[in-house]
Amino acid sequence: MPQPIPTNPKATEERLDEIRKAAADKAPPVGQTRGPAKPPPQIRGRESYYGLPVLKAPLWTWEVPLYFFIGGIAGVSAVIAFASQMFTSDPALPRAALWIAIVGATICPVLLISDLGRPERFLAMLRVAKIQSPMSVGVWTLVAFSGCVFLALVGNELTFRGHANPLVIGIRWAGELTGALTGLLLAAYTGVLIGATANPIWSHNRRAIPPHFLASAVGGSAGVLELVGFLTPATQLLGIVAAVAETLLGVHFELSRLPVNAPLHRGKSAWAFRVAGTLAGPVALLLRLLSDSAAGRRTAAVCFLIGSLLSRYAWIWAGVASAKDTEALFQIQRKA
Amino acid sequence: MTISAFLTDATLCIGCKACEVACKEWNEVPADGMVWSGLSYDNTQSLGASTWRHVMFLEQPQAAGPQFADTNDPFRWVFLSDVCKHCANAGCLEACPTGSIMRTDVGSVLVQKDVCNGCGYCVVSCPFGVIDRRPDDGRAFKCTFCYDRQKAGLIPACAKACPTQSIQFGEIEELQQRAKNRVHELHERGYQDARLYDPKETSVGGVHAFFVILGEPENYNLPPAPEAPSAYLKSAWASALISAAIVFGIVCLAFAV
Repeated sequence: MPQPIPTNPKATEERLDEIRKAAADKAPPVGQTRGPAKPPPQIRGRESYYGLPVLKAPLWTWEVPLYFFIGGIAGVSAVIAFASQMFTSDPALPRAALWIAIVGATICPVLLISDLGRPERFLAMLRVAKIQSPMSVGVWTLVAFSGCVFLALVGNELTFRGHANPLVIGIRWAGELTGALTGLLLAAYTGVLIGATANPIWSHNRRAIPPHFLASAVGGSAGVLELVGFLTPATQLLGIVAAVAETLLGVHFELSRLPVNAPLHRGKSAWAFRVAGTLAGPVALLLRLLSDSAAGRRTAAVCFLIGSLLSRYAWIWAGVASAKDTEALFQIQRKA
Repeated sequence: MTISAFLTDATLCIGCKACEVACKEWNEVPADGMVWSGLSYDNTQSLGASTWRHVMFLEQPQAAGPQFADTNDPFRWVFLSDVCKHCANAGCLEACPTGSIMRTDVGSVLVQKDVCNGCGYCVVSCPFGVIDRRPDDGRAFKCTFCYDRQKAGLIPACAKACPTQSIQFGEIEELQQRAKNRVHELHERGYQDARLYDPKETSVGGVHAFFVILGEPENYNLPPAPEAPSAYLKSAWASALISAAIVFGIVCLAFAV
């Protein structure tokens, strides 16, 4: 026999009065109070409330850093497609870059939707466009990017298969130019997404994170192209530039010893960050400078890609650690 | 509709948690567990998806004060019922990509639960660590300022259930004046560390739920100078767009040479 489900009718005004009266009646008169068995530690000076965190930690799971990584590669691949189409006569490289961009643009929404608390409601993202919300800007950038790259790919494939006419070539150029511009935005906005938050380490580094993500996307995109066989001087140059940028940014973050940056210097996030920075920075750079062989360049590409992916996770982990660091939050706010 | 506000006064709170009970019953907020903190009577630790009022229990090394003239305790016990601040410039509202979080006609910040898709961006955008996602539900929740009750001409459940008028509800300018008078009165009575917590000078631009506290804001885990994340947008976007332009130049150059 199933038990009837107890109903909990919505509280009434009488019930709220009852709660108030019960609370007032139970309050013992002055002098007769009994504290906890052991008194709590006293809070002095500017101490926090029992060391508990003020802020909530980011709850993004593994999908979001992976999205940052893939979105970055897809975005810069579209830039490479445009630049190589514009300045070289080899049709194979822009074609491969566009395919990388479209594959990335297909994976990205899957990752983003599966990270939502209510994935079936993902369309709610498209009911408004808010310039002041980096996430809204990002969603619309991704939508625009997918459309532009799709156009470019259609135009490019038709040209490649011998159906070139002014309309097809026009579509290809329009798609490639808009794909490059939205691709840049797609690779860069994720830095703003985490930089313009209440999280202390993210907001403190809001000027450095977007270039870090972009450098990582440039090297990652060049690396993927090299791994699929395009060992061109241009990809080598982009790989070197990205590794130099990663090295400089790594040194910058290592030397920024403010308390707010502690998650980059202590704990899990710090070691992930350092390993990532070393792989994408000096290791990839030295491999490229010391060896011009295909094997050397491919090793450099793999090192950079691993470092680039790990650094996105390290930034999220650093944000989780930073949200718990109440003393650093107070210190940075008192100083400002 | 007038702009409404909460004034929560730590010097009047007796730590009875009637506000927590009333809030849970009225708003049908699920249980939030029992995690004792700091060896005190605090069993919820902080505001969250299922804790919309949070009563803090602090011990401070000051003498208790004149209302306990017959005691000689070397410390004083202070309570405060924390709540969503309903910021003038609300980080959660600005960040919300679905438009689920909105400003109501009474000036409060409301999550429309039929729109929220649980992206979690408001959680990292609240400078007070108030809003959070319910793990089993997937959506973000916080204090509604009892918008349903306000629209029906009633005061919020927590204010209604408070037995000591520690939680006062009313029109914002009147309450701000009342708070100033209260701090003045407390200073005259010897509570030199009484103060109003209403961060107006930062990008948050003031709140619709302000507090009279004893001691430093940090003691109550209230950030001393909270900033709305929108204050960081300009510098972050500037850096992103300049870096993007440089990347565009470098990639073109790499293929042009």
